[in-house]
Amino acid sequence: MRRDQHIHYLLHLADDSLILGHRNSEWTGHGPILEQDIALSNISLDLIGQARNLYQYAARLVNRERGMKEKVLPGVKVSGEVSEDTLAYFRDSRDYKNCLLVEQPNGDWGKTVLRQFLFSAFQFLLYDRLKQRDDQQVAAIAEKSIKEVAYHLRWSSEWVIRLGDGTAESHRRMRHALEDLWLFTGELFVAAPYEQELLAEGYGADLSSCRLPWEDTILETLARAGLFPPEDGTSNGSAHTGSAIMTRSRAGGKEGQHTEHLGYLLAEMQFLQRAYPGCEW
Amino acid sequence: MDYRIIEKEVRGLLETVCDPEIPVLSVIDLGIIRKIETETDSVVVALTPTYSGCPALEAIILDVYNTLRKAGYGNVQVRTELSPAWTTDWISEKGKDKLKAFGIAPPLPGQPVCHTRAFHEEEAIPCPRCNSYDTRLISRFGSTPCKALYQCRTCQEPFDYFKCH
Ligand SMILES: [Zn+2]
Repeated sequence: MRRDQHIHYLLHLADDSLILGHRNSEWTGHGPILEQDIALSNISLDLIGQARNLYQYAARLVNRERGMKEKVLPGVKVSGEVSEDTLAYFRDSRDYKNCLLVEQPNGDWGKTVLRQFLFSAFQFLLYDRLKQRDDQQVAAIAEKSIKEVAYHLRWSSEWVIRLGDGTAESHRRMRHALEDLWLFTGELFVAAPYEQELLAEGYGADLSSCRLPWEDTILETLARAGLFPPEDGTSNGSAHTGSAIMTRSRAGGKEGQHTEHLGYLLAEMQFLQRAYPGCEW
Repeated sequence: MDYRIIEKEVRGLLETVCDPEIPVLSVIDLGIIRKIETETDSVVVALTPTYSGCPALEAIILDVYNTLRKAGYGNVQVRTELSPAWTTDWISEKGKDKLKAFGIAPPLPGQPVCHTRAFHEEEAIPCPRCNSYDTRLISRFGSTPCKALYQCRTCQEPFDYFKCH
């Protein structure tokens, strides 16, 4: 396995968790009611904790080999050893490998819980596969994290049902949220080059095997919520070729091509370390 | 030098290190100490986090380190191990009793993984104050990652439940 591809993959997994964790944390102090503010903040903590474990592992691999830092982090102009903080705070948008779904703005509460649901349903399947794979450290992180993800999945499913099957207003908002977010779900199942390379050597997860069980989970919950996914061709075999939404289906985040939203998120998240590198509190 | 004696002493010292968020539980009660390895003048403690993002972890690591240093151990290393993943089944019986006395309902045994299905019915959680099973879930997430918030319908008191994990 090529070490640089391995590191790219770890950064991808970590970035997904960090960016979604950061997005959710934007609700801290602004939740609709105290209990749900706390719930979402706890989910943020889990996600950021998962990201830390992955970044720490990636940093160890970067530091282990001479020249690796320059190779995988060409834009990072920090001297000395790489740490989890270097990876979170000193990479630019182009170096981030999270999928586009997790960087989408929070919108209203409905959109936030729907984004969590769409991602948790995927992450649950992903970690279930990774916990049995050859990379022992990734397997350990996945084994640890999947128990947390199970909670995220159930909590967000319940909110999707509650709001989709709630009032006319909440239903309308969930429909809009679904239209906004659906076009970013296809990317979850498209392997980036580093994922293809790892998979060929028995590492990482076969994303295509996640797709059908993911659709089952999503469709079942949406049905209970009285919601239907927009037709966009992300479902196997049911593609409406030429559909307007399908042609807007978006990908590229895993290779650093992000929506404009990520830049704003990073500007806020990274400000302190960029202004005062290495500062502690 | 009998290492088992040192190990026993270290274990005794760790009984005095508490979870900063649930101060009635020691790290031994919590079941997060995975390994104690001793050499003539060094001790390595491996512990496992409860939740990936548990904010208390760093404080616990520092407390374990300081406690052992203060007791005279020259070379102390505290490291984390993720696998096997911590489960609430590792909380000692004594720990569960302490939780209940503290007003936190202890985790029910033997169902360490959360069911992913929405609105899945859980086993009833008995109220730690009056033991009534007539309780309701208020929120799946409480004041710390490891707790959920419940209310007792019999005595009306809200309480934390140390949720299964
Ligand atoms: Zn009661």
